[in-house]
Amino acid sequence: MASGRVNRGDVISGAVLAGLGIFIIVESRSMEYSGIDGPGPGFFPLWYGIAMVVLSLLLIAASFLRRAENAKRKPLNWREVGNALVAWLAFALCVGLLKTLGFMLSFALLTFFIVAVLYRKSLATAAITAGSCAAGFYLVFPLALRVSLPTGILGF
Amino acid sequence: MDVISGLMQGFAVALTPGNLMWCFVGCFLGTVIGILPGLGPAATIAMLLPLTFKMPATSAVIMLAGIYYGAKYGGSTTSILLNVPGESASVVTCLDGYQMARKGRAGAALGIAAIASFIAGTVGVVGLMLIAPPLAKFGLQFSSPEYFALMVMGLAMVVLLAGASMIKALLAMMVGLWIAGIGTDLFTAESRFTFGNSEMLDGIDFVVVAIGIFALGEVIGNMERREEGQLLPVPKGFRNLFPNWEELKACRFAFINGSIVGFLIGVLPGAGSTIASFLSYGLEKAVSKHPEKFGTGVPEGVAAPEGANNSETGGAMVPLLTLGIPGSGTTAILLAAFILWGLKPGPLMIQDNPQLFWGLVASMYIGNVVLLVLNLPMVPLFAQILKLPVHVLYPVIFGISIVGVYSVSGSLFDTAMLAVFGLTGYLMRKLDYPSAPLILGLVLGDSMERALRQSLMMSQGNLSILWSRPISAIMLAIAVLILLLPLMRSVDAWRLKAIEENG
Repeated sequence: MASGRVNRGDVISGAVLAGLGIFIIVESRSMEYSGIDGPGPGFFPLWYGIAMVVLSLLLIAASFLRRAENAKRKPLNWREVGNALVAWLAFALCVGLLKTLGFMLSFALLTFFIVAVLYRKSLATAAITAGSCAAGFYLVFPLALRVSLPTGILGF
Repeated sequence: MDVISGLMQGFAVALTPGNLMWCFVGCFLGTVIGILPGLGPAATIAMLLPLTFKMPATSAVIMLAGIYYGAKYGGSTTSILLNVPGESASVVTCLDGYQMARKGRAGAALGIAAIASFIAGTVGVVGLMLIAPPLAKFGLQFSSPEYFALMVMGLAMVVLLAGASMIKALLAMMVGLWIAGIGTDLFTAESRFTFGNSEMLDGIDFVVVAIGIFALGEVIGNMERREEGQLLPVPKGFRNLFPNWEELKACRFAFINGSIVGFLIGVLPGAGSTIASFLSYGLEKAVSKHPEKFGTGVPEGVAAPEGANNSETGGAMVPLLTLGIPGSGTTAILLAAFILWGLKPGPLMIQDNPQLFWGLVASMYIGNVVLLVLNLPMVPLFAQILKLPVHVLYPVIFGISIVGVYSVSGSLFDTAMLAVFGLTGYLMRKLDYPSAPLILGLVLGDSMERALRQSLMMSQGNLSILWSRPISAIMLAIAVLILLLPLMRSVDAWRLKAIEENG
C-alpha cells in the first residue's frame, strides 16, 4: 500500500453521505415501489439512495488507495476553519434571535459582532456600521420596497 | 412567427420605460458584482430573486439576465487594473490585460475588453435568436423518455466538468435530487423525507438552498482569513479608453474567434465561460504570428477571452430557454426563477410566451449597448467599488440573504434552513464538493422523476422504453460515454486541465 495519509475529509464526508444513502433506502422501502399506475413514490429515491451508498464507499476506498496523492495536499488550517465557523455561528444565532428580537435588532447585533470581534475594528466603528446598516435595511426593504421583515417582542 | 417579426415584438417589449430601467439596473448590478471579487453572479441572482417576485415576469427576467451578462463585463475591470479576477471567467484576461496596464495602456485594454464584449455578446444573442426557434421545434418531438434522457445527459456533462473528483460531483448531484424529493410526492400526494415536520410538506424552497449554498457558503469561506482585501495601486493611464487603430486591427480575428468559440461552448452544458475564455485564448495564440508575445500585453490576448466570456451567455440561454436544461449553477437559478414565476422553459416557451422570449432577446441587445455606454466612461468610478470594506459588505450580504428568504415565505423555519444550507455550502467548498451539480440536481430533480415515472407508465414498467427510442437512446449513450470516458487517462488529464482552468 502506498505511504501517506488518508484524506480524513473524504472519509468522514463519505461516511456521512453513505449514512444518508442508507437512510434514503430505508425510508423509500417504506413507500410504495410500484403500483397499478406505474412506479410509486419509493421508486426513484431507492435507486439514487443505492447509487449514493455505492459512490460514498468508492470515495472512502479511493481515499485509502490514493494515500500518496493525499500527502501532497495542503493540511487543513484549523484556525481558518474556526474563524469561518464562528462567523456561521454568529449568523445562526442571529437567525435564532429573529423571533424574539426581530430583524432590525438581530441584524444590528450580528453586524456589530462581525465588525468588532471578527474584524477587530473599534467599538465605535462597529456601532456606527451596525446602526447604519440596520437603518439602511429599514429604509430599503420595509419602507421603499414594502418587504415585511420579522418583528420581535419590541414590535420592530 | 419568424425571427424578424419576433424580434420587432421583443424590442417593443424591451424598450418600454420600465423594462429599460430594469435592464439598466441588471447591467449596473452585474458590473458591480463582477468587479467585487468573491461574489459571483449565481449568488447575486439567488439573493435578489425573491425581490423580483412582485415584478412582472418579463421585467424580472430582463433584470436577472442583465446581472448574468453584466457580471462578465465587470470581471474584466479588476483583471486589467489590479490583476485580480472578479470572477473565474476573467482569470485569463489578467495575462495580457494587466501587462497592458503596466505598460500604461490600461485604458486601451479596458476599451478592447468592452468592444470585444459588445461584439461577441451581440453575436451570442444573434446565435440565440437564430438557433433557439429551430431547436425548440426539434424539442417538440420529445416525450417523457427523451426528456429524461436529456436531463441525464445534461447532468452528466455538468458532473464531468464540475470538479476534480467525479465521485464527489455525482454525490453532490444525488444530494440535490434528494432535496428535490423532500415534501409531497407529485403523483400520490404521499409525504417523503419530511421527518414528520408539517413545514416540510411543501418541500424545501429552492431559494433557501441556492442562497445558502452560493451566497452564504461563499461569504463564510471568505471570512476564514479575517483580513480586508489588499488594495493594489490602480495603474495610471486608463482615462483614455479608446484603443488605437493598430491595436484594433490586431484584434479583428480575436473578436470573431471569441464570438464563435464562446457561443459554441455556451450551448454545451457544463463547460461554461471560463473554459470558453481559455479555449479562445489558446486558439488565438495558436494561430498568431507572434505566439511568444502572448502574456506580455498583446491586445488580442484581451479581446479573445473577453469576447468568448460574453458570447457564452447567449449560447447558455439556448438549452435553457428551448429545452429547459440549464448548463451551470447560474442558469439553474435562472431556470428556478422561471418556474417560480409560473413559466416553463422548454420547446413551447417561444410559442406560449413570445413576449417574454423575444423581449429577453431584445433586452440582451440593448443590455450590450447599455454595458458599453456604462462601462467606458464609468470605469474609474467602478474601480472605486473595490474600496468597499469587507467588514461592511459581508454583514450586508448576510442581511440580504435573510430578507430574501423571509420575503418568499414569511417563515422563520426557512431562515433556520438557510443557516443549515449556509454551513453545507461552506463545508462543500472546504471538502472540494462542487455546488453546481447539487443545484442542478435540485432544479431538475422533480422534472427528472416525473419524466422517468411517466416513461415507465407509458411502457407499463418496461425500462427498455428509455433505449428503444432513437433520440433517447443516443442521449443516454452520450451520457454513459461522458461518465466512462474519464476512465481513460488521457481524457481524464484533459478534463482535469479544463477544471483547473475553470478555477
